Amino acid sequence: MARELSAVLDHVATIAELDLEGVAATSHVVEVTGGLREDVPRPSLPRELALAQAPDASDEGFLVPSPQA
Amino acid sequence: MGILELSAYEAAEQIAAGSLSGGELFAAYRDRAAADRDAGEQGLNCFTWVAEEAAEESGEGLLAGVPVAVKDLFCTEGVPSQSGSRILEGYLPPYTATAVRRLLQDGASLLAKTNQDEFAMGSSNENSAFGPVRNPWDRSRVPGGSSGGSAAAVAAGLAPWALGTDTGGSIRQPAALCGVVGLKPTYGTISRYGMIAFASSLDQAGPLTRDVRDAALMLRSMAGQDPCDATYLRFPEELVLPHAERLDGLRLGVPAELTGEGIEQGVLASFQAALGRAEELGAQLSEVKLPHAPHALAAYYVLAPAEASSNLARFDGVRYGMRAEAPADLLDMYTRTRHDGFGAEVKRRIMLGTYALSSGYYDAYYGRAQRVRTKISEDFRSAFAEVDFILTPTAPTVAFGLGEKTGDPLAMYLNDFCTVPMSLAGIPAISIPCGLSDGLPVGLQLAGPAFSENRLLDAAHALEGALGFDGGAARV
Repeated sequence: MARELSAVLDHVATIAELDLEGVAATSHVVEVTGGLREDVPRPSLPRELALAQAPDASDEGFLVPSPQA
Repeated sequence: MGILELSAYEAAEQIAAGSLSGGELFAAYRDRAAADRDAGEQGLNCFTWVAEEAAEESGEGLLAGVPVAVKDLFCTEGVPSQSGSRILEGYLPPYTATAVRRLLQDGASLLAKTNQDEFAMGSSNENSAFGPVRNPWDRSRVPGGSSGGSAAAVAAGLAPWALGTDTGGSIRQPAALCGVVGLKPTYGTISRYGMIAFASSLDQAGPLTRDVRDAALMLRSMAGQDPCDATYLRFPEELVLPHAERLDGLRLGVPAELTGEGIEQGVLASFQAALGRAEELGAQLSEVKLPHAPHALAAYYVLAPAEASSNLARFDGVRYGMRAEAPADLLDMYTRTRHDGFGAEVKRRIMLGTYALSSGYYDAYYGRAQRVRTKISEDFRSAFAEVDFILTPTAPTVAFGLGEKTGDPLAMYLNDFCTVPMSLAGIPAISIPCGLSDGLPVGLQLAGPAFSENRLLDAAHALEGALGFDGGAARV
């Protein structure tokens, strides 16, 4: 894995050769306007549905092992 | 003509006219898809799930009765959706992705979920928890990726059309390697809601089809505003079906940077022949410059893994999917779940991404790559001041052998050399089959400015007619 990652990083390092002085970073490729929806309350996913796919859950939330064994 | 020979458009037309039964069409495809799934290693391994029957509520709408295959990474309510990963084993989403919901609303019926590279990371469909997909033109070769199952299914006639996603070429490259049409729309045209994310600033859904008209038909159904995706962009004009048969007056640019070194001879020959046909159709060809395009791949392999490393943090064994057995404590659960659940390529990209985002290296990698991205967009803007569309081969080679490139990630990444620049610029690009090299399909890529889909599909339609590619050999 280390050898493979090194080969990829060597290739990626070629961008260091470019002169990018004063070039702005792309944050979004196309101008977005008005992407936000109206701020109105709406029903969210019912709790039992949200919990249904969990490997382990109680009626109220996701169950996980204790942080300290 | 048998019903399996019909394009999706033709099938929809006949179903609407009452001369074809949607149920009969669905059953014909379902039997073929189920046979491929049941054939295991002897089949193409296109599908991760095949419907037992058409959903009852399908009926009304423009696409009424037309079956559609959907890439595994689209969430489909109550239907397995794993993005080709072990870590989402057993996951049944509580909702359906907007792109799929729109197709179903227009009357299409869900036929199957298609195999893919895990989390859409790959160019050969060999990184799937469900095993590799085989290319219907030559079963010892890859179909391309990451939408390999979708491309192979359409090429083999196991589905009339299929839905895929494209982050750096994941629709266009498999379309090229399997001899079908693949369209990556302008970033933001189709809602990403319900697509299991890889790299959110690049991911875009799109069609894999037998012809250009079907690609337009599927795009038109899926595009549209969605309050669930804030990056959705209002398409500035009505999307229409393509009709053009000539290219008179069109200026087509050929960038030397993407049509020379690294492109296989047979692919180049096929590409040059296609350029000749374009001229015969009335187009004017000229050379354009995309000086930063050769650096696109390096920038992409910083940006996409960086975004992936963040997106994939959610898979931790808590809310969905698999959890490692009998964890000693919480950290042990996280560690072993991710160790066991992710495949090698996904781990590789998470490591690349976290490295590129780490505080000491952020400016050198992520920050720089974001600025290269700006230069690439500027290159395209300058080029489109001179030409209407840019033409390149879609992939540097025809379909390669299974296992041929799995030991060398960089060689695998080079498959995306011609497709990644358009992804970084967020512009639309389509791959259409333009001929055979050694009996294997070659793809021609046409790219245009943002929101040029109507004109781009028209040009692709005219070229498709003139090139007269016959994909019948793969459908036997």
